[in-house]
Amino acid sequence: MSAMTARSPVRLFLQRLFRRKLVLVAVIILLVIVLLAILAPWISPYSPTGMRVSQRLRPPSLTNWFGTDEFGRDVLTRIIYGGRASLGIGVAVVMCTMLAGTVLGLIAGYFRALDAVIMRLVDAMMSLPDILLAIFLVAVLGASAGNVVLALSIVYTPRVTRVVRSSTLVVRELPFVEAARALGVSTWRIMTMHILLNVASPILVQATFIFAYAVLAEAGLSFLGAGVPPDIPTWGTMIAAGQQYADRAVWLVLFPGLAIVFAALSLQLLGDGLRDMLDPKLRKAL
Amino acid sequence: MFAALARRLAGMLIVMFIVATMVFFLTRLAPGDPAALMLGEQASLADVAELRKTYGLDQPVIVQYALWLKELLRGNLGQSIFLQRPVIVAIAERAEPTFFLALLSILVATAIGVPAGIASAVWRGRASDQAVSGGAMLAASIPSFWLGLIFIQFFAVRLGWFPVAGYGPPGASFAERLYHLMLPASVLGIVNSALITRFTRASMLDVLNEDYVRTARAKGLSEARVILRHGLGNALVPIITVVGLTAALLVGGAIVTETVFGLPGIGNLVVSAVLRRDYPVIQGALIVIAGIYVLINFSIDVMYTLVDPRVKY
Repeated sequence: MSAMTARSPVRLFLQRLFRRKLVLVAVIILLVIVLLAILAPWISPYSPTGMRVSQRLRPPSLTNWFGTDEFGRDVLTRIIYGGRASLGIGVAVVMCTMLAGTVLGLIAGYFRALDAVIMRLVDAMMSLPDILLAIFLVAVLGASAGNVVLALSIVYTPRVTRVVRSSTLVVRELPFVEAARALGVSTWRIMTMHILLNVASPILVQATFIFAYAVLAEAGLSFLGAGVPPDIPTWGTMIAAGQQYADRAVWLVLFPGLAIVFAALSLQLLGDGLRDMLDPKLRKAL
Repeated sequence: MFAALARRLAGMLIVMFIVATMVFFLTRLAPGDPAALMLGEQASLADVAELRKTYGLDQPVIVQYALWLKELLRGNLGQSIFLQRPVIVAIAERAEPTFFLALLSILVATAIGVPAGIASAVWRGRASDQAVSGGAMLAASIPSFWLGLIFIQFFAVRLGWFPVAGYGPPGASFAERLYHLMLPASVLGIVNSALITRFTRASMLDVLNEDYVRTARAKGLSEARVILRHGLGNALVPIITVVGLTAALLVGGAIVTETVFGLPGIGNLVVSAVLRRDYPVIQGALIVIAGIYVLINFSIDVMYTLVDPRVKY
């Protein structure tokens, strides 16, 4: 490639990312889901809480594309609104885990003395299945959307910590870090400016995967009754509520589940594409 | 080798100790007095105080912790608040469905993942490879409880091939109980096949490029023999690892799946304990499950030495 290109870095980044068509499709699906969730009040055909008992349990039709639920509410509308809670929880979990995991991982990777302590804790937490630890934490904290975010953040932080730590261990030994240290750059500045910037790619890849896991886990928790209270529409609570009508009105379960599958699948495809692009070495490992 | 295994064993015990400590102190964060919870709303203050004393809840937290650890070392996980029996007994009673569900699911996941992974490695880059990779990612994006509900509607309610839920009537034969596990095991196996598929593909790709595979082909062995004996035979270690890891992950997936299918297993026990705030049961189940996970990981390490003579500690 010639040294000087007129293209902006953002465009170059997207061009490389979308070289695989499937990643482009995934990003488009994701954008549609996110836009629907953001624009919910303006584009939803009905009110998410508007009950019309005369219209209850109607199968999918031209007026109600995804049918209606046991209170005659429009399922499509509720899925669009449910995306707000489900994706919102996912975003919040991603932000919390990125912050906590990065800080812990940097500390573990940079300060040898604290490494053993932090990593033993990480090992212990990762010896419990995600969903089990999450159920336990929500049980202790109380079931609410905020506590679901807190619980899932605690559950997924060890993954980020591990990734950041192992990258930090590699980067800290590189000559440019040594050079910075020799020049008298403070530890804080080395960690934030030199190491953090160089471990950003694996963090970004983890973020997309954790987003997908969080959407799946939130649905699982809400389904088990240990998550978001049932009166808030999320994809998980919708499936939980629709379950008992499943033999008469399978659309109550089918469509919210498909929303989860589409969201999680496109996030994982995006994560895969990012990993391919940012670290071709990892491609072989997985 | 024994020194290394002993070191791994020590590491395992440390992890279990941390899990136990974490579980103990996190439970103490829960709102509400366990004694009051145990006695119900009608209990008098005196009764609650009495019970707090019996359970040592009037002691400082650190003393309670020491006591709890001591009992734990003796295998005592405490008493269930609602089930009127020791936690360890409650868990043991529910172990059978969970064990066989996990076992059948891992069989399903392996039966899907290993052949799919081999196929996509052998036909690398072709349409079948892409279909397998896409399928694996799709499987990992499906919530198991949702797939369970859909399968119940289709295979049990519409087609009537499988029972809708449960573990058979009391006294049901072993075959009948296994029959009840077919549908849940398929769901759990499909959802958990992705990791096995990807690892099998990756390790087969590595092995198929080795010189000895070329030699095997050169001396005129059939392609099937080359792939299965020389290829798969040498890719077994990573595949065993990932099957073991999947087995450990399945324990978590089983919790949700058991609830969907109404199986009286450990998962169901945990979920009802959470809904009833039966903390001793939750604590006990967490410790037992973490123990299983750690043990599986340890067994994987031991198996390495058996399968691959090159691995020496």
